[in-house]
Amino acid sequence: MQDFSAAFGLAASLIIGFDADLIEIIALSLRVSLCAVLLSALIGFPLGALTAVLAFPGRQAIAVIMNALMGLPPVVVGLLVYMALSRAGPLGWMNLLYSPTAMILAQTILVTPIIAALSRQVMEDMHREYDEQFRSLCIPTRRVMTALIWDSRYSLLTVSLAGFGRAIAEVGAVIIVGGNIDHLTRVMTTAIALETSKGNLALALALGFVLLILALSVNAAVYSLRASAKRLSYA
Amino acid sequence: MPSVKGAPLLPLEIRSLCYRAGEETLLDKIDLFIETPGISVIMGANGAGKSLLLRIVHGLLEPQSGEVRWHGSTMDETLRRRQGLVFQKPVLMRRSVAANIDFVLKPMGGQYRQRRDQLLRQAGLARQWNQPARLLSGGEQQKLALARALATNPEALLLDEPCASIDSASTLQIETLLRDTRERGVKIILVTHDIGQAHRLADDVVFMHRGRILEHSPASRFFDAPVSTEARAYLDGEIIV
Repeated sequence: MQDFSAAFGLAASLIIGFDADLIEIIALSLRVSLCAVLLSALIGFPLGALTAVLAFPGRQAIAVIMNALMGLPPVVVGLLVYMALSRAGPLGWMNLLYSPTAMILAQTILVTPIIAALSRQVMEDMHREYDEQFRSLCIPTRRVMTALIWDSRYSLLTVSLAGFGRAIAEVGAVIIVGGNIDHLTRVMTTAIALETSKGNLALALALGFVLLILALSVNAAVYSLRASAKRLSYA
Repeated sequence: MPSVKGAPLLPLEIRSLCYRAGEETLLDKIDLFIETPGISVIMGANGAGKSLLLRIVHGLLEPQSGEVRWHGSTMDETLRRRQGLVFQKPVLMRRSVAANIDFVLKPMGGQYRQRRDQLLRQAGLARQWNQPARLLSGGEQQKLALARALATNPEALLLDEPCASIDSASTLQIETLLRDTRERGVKIILVTHDIGQAHRLADDVVFMHRGRILEHSPASRFFDAPVSTEARAYLDGEIIV
């Protein structure tokens, strides 16, 4: 109990005092995770729309693979990205290992299947509703896809949120490819892991609370946006 | 024979058309020849196969046997572009009223905003242009769906029960729009089981029962002296199964 109350107090003082280290860690966490989600959305939405709209042999198999990849173990992804970016790896010449870019890359690989699989489900349902009308109007596939992405934009925000949740809470991949270097690649989760290993449980818990507040804030913002869209029957 | 833009759409010719779903035959040896302009009304009780026939005529469904020809050409995308279809339950996009029309008009280029405003005025929806389409009343949604179908300047307009479960004011507006559209030379094929509406609009009537066409005749003859027992019973307001 003492740990919890100490953690609350510490978290409050860190936040209220605008602790510079904490702000830096939060900013990097947000930067890495938001960039990864943005990249994943750029890949995942069209992929989801494509598999929702096009009927081709192996479509079901792709859907199953996309669903299965939602459960990719972060450490495995971290290891694969590490091997690709290490000096001996095929992308070693880019010198990206232990950099925020490497962390973004790893998180993008983790989050893309989530966004693609969930957005496919959302757009498949909508396509079922629109399909006959679109065929009657002879809308080409590319326009069908963009229309589905635009019309399901509020549901896709929730999908992105699921991706963000995965990214911001993930530790296995970013610690392998980022190395948890102070002032360079230290994010909330890796900082928590470090403080826990040092036995500094109060600080680890305090960072955990901050992480929770962050996740809650993003969720609340998206929820209120979606609620107002629902009132207008756009969602 | 490939369809040629500019060639007339009519006659519509359906020969020996059959459609089955599993073991059940839903359309059975349909033969139909429509060559006159104006409004052809397809009537019949629920389950007669009217909506199904309309979808096949528009090329949204493939029959197991038989053929549909528009001016001698089998259905393809070029032909479908020359037609508009309004469904019984309007399919509106999750956008504003204006954006629903723009979706169709924008790719056609030109002064699409003027055309959109004109269509919305015709449909009596000018004031609702910025409202979310799916928040409109049933009648307004149907008028919007009709305006969107007209946006493509179709030469044939196919309508599946457009006035089912909407208020009489909207029904009146839709019927006025349909008459205006007919005056512009657009062929209209209207599916309905509303005898009053058929009376008001039909130039010729196709009567269907249990997946078969029992009669096709000019409206006046159909309503004055229906040939089949089923049509007589239907017009007398009896329940036919």
